[in-house]
Amino acid sequence: MKLHLKSGRLIDPAKGKDVVTDMLIVDGRIERIGQSLSADRSFETIDLKNKVIAPGFIDMHVHLREPGYEHKETIETGCASAAAGGFTAVCCMPNTNPTIDEESVARYVQEEGRRVTGGLVDVYPIAAATKGRKGEELAPMAELAKAGAVGFSDDGSPIASAELMRRVLEYSSMYGLPVIQHAEEQTLTKNGLMNEGFVATRLGMPGIPPIAEELMIERDIILLRYVPHSKYHVAHMSTAGSIECVRRAKVERLNITCEVAPHHFTLTDEAVESFDTNLKMNPPLRTKDDVQALKEALRDGTIDVIATDHAPHTIDDKEVEYAQAPFGIVGLETALGLSMTELVKKKYLTLNQLIEKLSINPRRILSLSLINIQEGETANLTIFDPEKEWMVDIQAFKSKSKNSPFHGRRLNGKAIGVINNGKVLFQ
Amino acid sequence: MKLQSRHLLGLEGVHKKDIMLILDTAISFKEVLERPIKKVPPLQGKTIVNLFFESSTRTRISFELAERRLSADVVNFTSVGSSVSKGETLKDTARNIEAMKIDMVVIRHASSGAPHFLTRVVKANVINAGDGAHEHPTQALLDMMTLREKYGKLEGLRVCIVGDILHSRVARSNIYGLKTMGVEVSVCGPATMIPRNIEALGVRVYHRLEDVIPQVDALNVLRIQLERQKSGLFPSLREYHRFFGVTKEKVDRAPKPITIMHPGPINRDVELSADLADGPHSVILEQVTNGEAVRMAVLYLLGTSN
Repeated sequence: MKLHLKSGRLIDPAKGKDVVTDMLIVDGRIERIGQSLSADRSFETIDLKNKVIAPGFIDMHVHLREPGYEHKETIETGCASAAAGGFTAVCCMPNTNPTIDEESVARYVQEEGRRVTGGLVDVYPIAAATKGRKGEELAPMAELAKAGAVGFSDDGSPIASAELMRRVLEYSSMYGLPVIQHAEEQTLTKNGLMNEGFVATRLGMPGIPPIAEELMIERDIILLRYVPHSKYHVAHMSTAGSIECVRRAKVERLNITCEVAPHHFTLTDEAVESFDTNLKMNPPLRTKDDVQALKEALRDGTIDVIATDHAPHTIDDKEVEYAQAPFGIVGLETALGLSMTELVKKKYLTLNQLIEKLSINPRRILSLSLINIQEGETANLTIFDPEKEWMVDIQAFKSKSKNSPFHGRRLNGKAIGVINNGKVLFQ
Repeated sequence: MKLQSRHLLGLEGVHKKDIMLILDTAISFKEVLERPIKKVPPLQGKTIVNLFFESSTRTRISFELAERRLSADVVNFTSVGSSVSKGETLKDTARNIEAMKIDMVVIRHASSGAPHFLTRVVKANVINAGDGAHEHPTQALLDMMTLREKYGKLEGLRVCIVGDILHSRVARSNIYGLKTMGVEVSVCGPATMIPRNIEALGVRVYHRLEDVIPQVDALNVLRIQLERQKSGLFPSLREYHRFFGVTKEKVDRAPKPITIMHPGPINRDVELSADLADGPHSVILEQVTNGEAVRMAVLYLLGTSN
């Protein structure tokens, strides 16, 4: 396949590049980059005036649900959702069944990803840090790293034992892979359904206090200081206090990074008064002050990564009483729109910074090689329209699940296409 | 006269006019309860289901009697625990009931927001008979009716709700309703049972009964759930009784008699001493009677407005 990308704005923060250019891609390889290139009629021309060409986005926090929960999502539908949202890579979290705590499962998700997408979307496994994600014994991290794991996490469950967390940090440090913590001190969150605070008090809902997240991060920072060669990454940060913890640790130059999910910088706990279970996630939606702090932290670089915590659940899973509903929402197809609308339009991030948080920083954290946008290289690109106004329609989602609180919301910014490993998808 | 909403999900945000309408309507129904034949026809031909997912004796019987006295046809559905544990989802249960052509649903559920969920899946009028720790609007309405009967008005009264505010839907509905009606509301209980930021609802918080008793006209004493001790919210019933139990000795120090209310069932001599419960300033049985009248009023106003 021959493509002539015409007059696109190529932004590559890794190289400090931001130019309007043409690009010729032949069979997935970048042939030429330059202004006003001519191409013969065998090329398909795509006019990218006012559109952005960026290094392919990666979502480092995705629940693909396969193996084990294929009624919610499969690797195929999850990857289709990722591609539609502008991602050329996803990291799948290990809370599958069986869990990704041994080589064969780690290999399976990668191979299945290649098989169903032909390489359009790379699937990188995040392996369990402990066997069965039970927080009792180390998972075979060396074998898992060899089988392609790019990080370790018991996501969904925190690693509660300080002793075991220390060992996880020590052991993973041999392979330079990050330990990704779902930071939650669970003795403080039992039965909790939403952020503890005024809204929970009004609604009579059991609360999840912000300190549960902050306490775990503080503990981990102390462990990290003690095991300084390990890499520690905080998943889905949600509170102003958590940001303060990470900010201080970064000043100290500890190996700490963190991510935020779009719903956490977009919505507050006030939305929960509708009792819509698509507003139920863990960590929960927090307050206006927390949202503001998250945006500031994105701006000043305390938050390194935007990751969705894409968590598909069926309509039947979610159409129940609030207390019975599972935590989580889908996010792959709204992430770019929400980030553009809430962060770039509102001047918290430049396009350059946004691309860093969706492509460059997560790759660095996961020790993946950066995407090289130059002649002779395999094209791994996300192409998006930063202005396009559109309305979220859950029925149009490629994901098997529709559990999004953003249905009907107007957003600016949408992916147009992705190119990776010789595969091309334009919408 | 009509209510603003076709459901009664809670008292938060309910307009003063609507509360007055319910309370005034309840007075006429209370008169019906004094007649030898305690039955009137307005809901003839209407079918009401009482959907109780949580054990309840008094509220369920009160609703059922209110429904029958308005000549409605009544079906009872009782399932202890959640609908999920029974294998059927609340949505399916509700849809099935809908298919049986039910006009009104009265729901009691352990999960906050369950009645709100119901309004999204069925067309019937929904009345909340208690959802989790969220609201129990008819209880607060009967409390207000009782206070108004006793004092002739609500505005300017001072009421303290005593006990486990954190887990209490009675407390929340009372706070919303009483505040709307111009009552000065305070809460008193152990710090572990006072929800965060409750002051933002416009209530004062006390941790010593001695401090609040001289400041109020009425105490609404909540039932203490014994299992809260196991979850670490208070150390022992003995200690609870000594420090947060409402006793004659504590109440007698007030400059004037204090009205004693309790939503029932009472743990005698735990949160409330028996002599006060049965004493001259107790309106607890009045509350029960008024509960009938208030529920008739709510059912009547919602059931005849369609």
